[in-house]
Amino acid sequence: MRYLPHTHEDIAAMLEVVGVKNLDELFQSLPADCRRQDDLNLPEAMTEWELDNHIHGLADTMATPPAYQVYLGAGSYEHYVPASVSYLLSRSEFVTSYTPYQPEISQGTLQAIFEYQTLTARLLGMEVANASIYDGASALAEAMLMSTRIARRKRIAVSALIHPAYRRVVKTYFEPTGYEVIELPYTDAGQTDLSSLASLDDLAAVAIQSPNFFGCIEDLATIKNTIEDEKTLMVVCFTEALAYGLLKSPGSQGAAIACGEGQSMGLPRSFGGPYLGMFASKMKYVRNMPGRLVGETKDLDGKRGFVLTLATREQHIRREKATSNICTNNSLCALGAAMFMASLGGTGIRQLAQLNHDKAEYLKQKMIAAGFKVPFSNPTFNEFVVGFPENFKKTYDRLIDQKIIAGLPLDTFYPELANHYLMCVTETKNREDLDSLVAEVSS
Amino acid sequence: MNEPLGTTGLVLNEPLLWEKGQKGRCGYSLPKSDVDASPLDAKFVGEGPDFPDLSEVEIVRHYTRLSTWNFGVDTGMYPLGSCTMKYNPKTNERQAAQHGLALAHPLLPGKLSQGALQLLYELEHLLAEITGMEAVSLQPAAGAHGELAGMLLFYAYHQDHGSPRSKILVPDTAHGTNPASASLCGYKSVGIKSNEQGVLSPETVADHMDTDTAGIMVTNPNTLGLFEDHMKTIADIVHAKGGLVYADGANMNAVMGIVNMLDVGVDVLHLNLHKTFSTPHGGGGPGSGPVCVSKLLEPYLPVPRVVKAENQYRLSEDFPKSFGKLHAFYGNFGVMVKAYSYILSLGADLKKVSQLAVLNANYIKEQLRDVFELAYDRPCMHECVFSDKRQAAHKVTTLDMAKRLIDYGFHPPTIYFPLVVPGAIMIEPTESESKEDLDRFITACRTIVAEAEKSPEDLHAAPTRTRTRRLDETTAARNPCLTG
Repeated sequence: MRYLPHTHEDIAAMLEVVGVKNLDELFQSLPADCRRQDDLNLPEAMTEWELDNHIHGLADTMATPPAYQVYLGAGSYEHYVPASVSYLLSRSEFVTSYTPYQPEISQGTLQAIFEYQTLTARLLGMEVANASIYDGASALAEAMLMSTRIARRKRIAVSALIHPAYRRVVKTYFEPTGYEVIELPYTDAGQTDLSSLASLDDLAAVAIQSPNFFGCIEDLATIKNTIEDEKTLMVVCFTEALAYGLLKSPGSQGAAIACGEGQSMGLPRSFGGPYLGMFASKMKYVRNMPGRLVGETKDLDGKRGFVLTLATREQHIRREKATSNICTNNSLCALGAAMFMASLGGTGIRQLAQLNHDKAEYLKQKMIAAGFKVPFSNPTFNEFVVGFPENFKKTYDRLIDQKIIAGLPLDTFYPELANHYLMCVTETKNREDLDSLVAEVSS
Repeated sequence: MNEPLGTTGLVLNEPLLWEKGQKGRCGYSLPKSDVDASPLDAKFVGEGPDFPDLSEVEIVRHYTRLSTWNFGVDTGMYPLGSCTMKYNPKTNERQAAQHGLALAHPLLPGKLSQGALQLLYELEHLLAEITGMEAVSLQPAAGAHGELAGMLLFYAYHQDHGSPRSKILVPDTAHGTNPASASLCGYKSVGIKSNEQGVLSPETVADHMDTDTAGIMVTNPNTLGLFEDHMKTIADIVHAKGGLVYADGANMNAVMGIVNMLDVGVDVLHLNLHKTFSTPHGGGGPGSGPVCVSKLLEPYLPVPRVVKAENQYRLSEDFPKSFGKLHAFYGNFGVMVKAYSYILSLGADLKKVSQLAVLNANYIKEQLRDVFELAYDRPCMHECVFSDKRQAAHKVTTLDMAKRLIDYGFHPPTIYFPLVVPGAIMIEPTESESKEDLDRFITACRTIVAEAEKSPEDLHAAPTRTRTRRLDETTAARNPCLTG
């Protein structure tokens, strides 16, 4: 096997040093009742080219661009990733290193993550961002736990227009705590309905997604004003980080914590992971923050350098009193996102975000013109909901045969929205694609 | 090669991103718009983030220079104990990047995602076979996430049986994340001391186990690199009181094909695909931390689960006792593709992997035991633990020796962990290292031990060949500067 360097002679010489006769004897101290009796029953080892073919066979069954036109978003977005980003991200000095515990030989990762934290904080208009968390859903769950620690309260409110999977993850994290999770309904216009808020006492946090699951932009400043209780934190979550190239940042609207999914920032969709949990807050809450943080410092010669810092919050020091059990970040994903944000720059991210908005708006107006219902009137970013006629499922299936996936059916998540589909349009779709989609759904 | 590996080549300086660039540059190929501009309601429009504008060349040089300041497994031996820094095969990267997988949207209709679902299904079964367990969920995104899944399984099981419990037993040789994971589920950790042999005594476990204790979290082999040889008896004690046994499988690299975890009484085991199954650590993630369970706990696994019927794969939510969901989708799929590729590339040779990992660790132990204090003098598994006890006379610490190893071209071992060994030096060579590389490492360690006697100041000053010298971590924590 090409990964195992040992020759028979090596093994013999090493066994002699260790003082055992054969490899099995290395395990002689294991009691008999702990030894596996049978051999591993695994398929015969593949050669490298057999593996290429096997995985290609699996990959070939998948509906992906460019063969398919995919209008799915809902937490996973199709954005063009520059070759430079993929290429740099494959540098094995980044890929094959561990968490930077030895800063002298990890400055590459450490500076890059410091830069990621900075770009993320700037994107979200927040004072501090951590080195990342697993994904948008776990970032929200950690944010809600953090808010209960800060406010010392046991009750949170979560908008029904937060990604349904994220809400389920929050529920799973909260189940053993015994804390109460209240869901806020949505309005006819497609925004979170805050009318019940006044009657809810002792909330640690109110969590809002913007753009929300229906693609609508929430009015964060008004929401912040509606939350009268000073101790209640506004947590702003997102699935489409690119939106903040165009929208007012969560921080500028009064968010105490901003968190969500960073996949849009240069990460492949990869059937749902690995993605990137972006996580940022006000500086005064940093000691309650979960996850890794990189900070700037100096070396013995006074040269600028970076280290992991504020580790006293973390599990390996504080053990059961830690702010979270989280150990890794999604470092390589964070690095890719930093490369992507740097590639866009301030000028580019603005243009790309505007382009996403304009293309989605183009399709939305075409759909309306073709007589389809767009039930939620609020402004949207690059996703919106369309209500199709009752027999649309047939058309949807026919379009699949034509290699078009015409959005995400919403009835599984919102039973009241039968025949409603969430459509996503990014910069990867051109005008002809959009025109022909409208023609196809109309026919 | 007699010269040490460590040298100082030409290493370039590089500023922070925003110290470079000029307004108006862009490193992204922006398309021209082919639709009308459509202004968004002004009340929602912000100023846009203050990002530096850089050209593609500037970005490529920036990250290429940064990368040269890093040490990875591809650079050299990385014997970081309990982290299993084995070689990350390049074909795994190629497979995960195949377009059909890398570009696949997670919410594709089932009939258009059969390949990915098949991969998930088969990987679950391969991991079940390797561990001996009966069902697997691939959803947890990292080892600590797998631990959390394990604790949520405990919680769900005890709730379902109408007997919620408040405590959990955590040995002093367990991984550092264990108590934090347990407290997320409301369990109070009860510390259990290991005995003079560095393992758990059944009597100690029996003294602490009661009907208010949810179970035990055991790392096996433990963080001393020792096999918990009373595992089965301990499991029986815990089970007799209605408790469950959680095994931290971070050290599974020692026992593939050697131990069947179900047979030794384990109810739930988490794996780190980024350790045992060769997926890269990426400077701290992404990882993947599947949980493997017995039939007893299968009903509580997270959803959705992949099921197969009439040669079709599909995702099913139909598991009413499931504890819920841990990830927005199905976990770190891209990492799973790499682990799957690794398993298919090795087949039954996975047992050889464990044998050679254990051989390498024992070889190092025997070759260094005359110069370093051995914490526990017994055969080790995949890692061995020494301490700096003998160097204390020269005022040389574990940290000094670790930093000096950098000058010799090696990543240091894990230091000051496990906590039960003061000044611990925890070495896990993995099976990837050849005898020559191990000998070179051993020579470097012995040279450092000699330096500790003759010129301890050289060790206090180490590392000297790196771009930055020792960094001031105290000031970093006291006056945190976390953004630029």
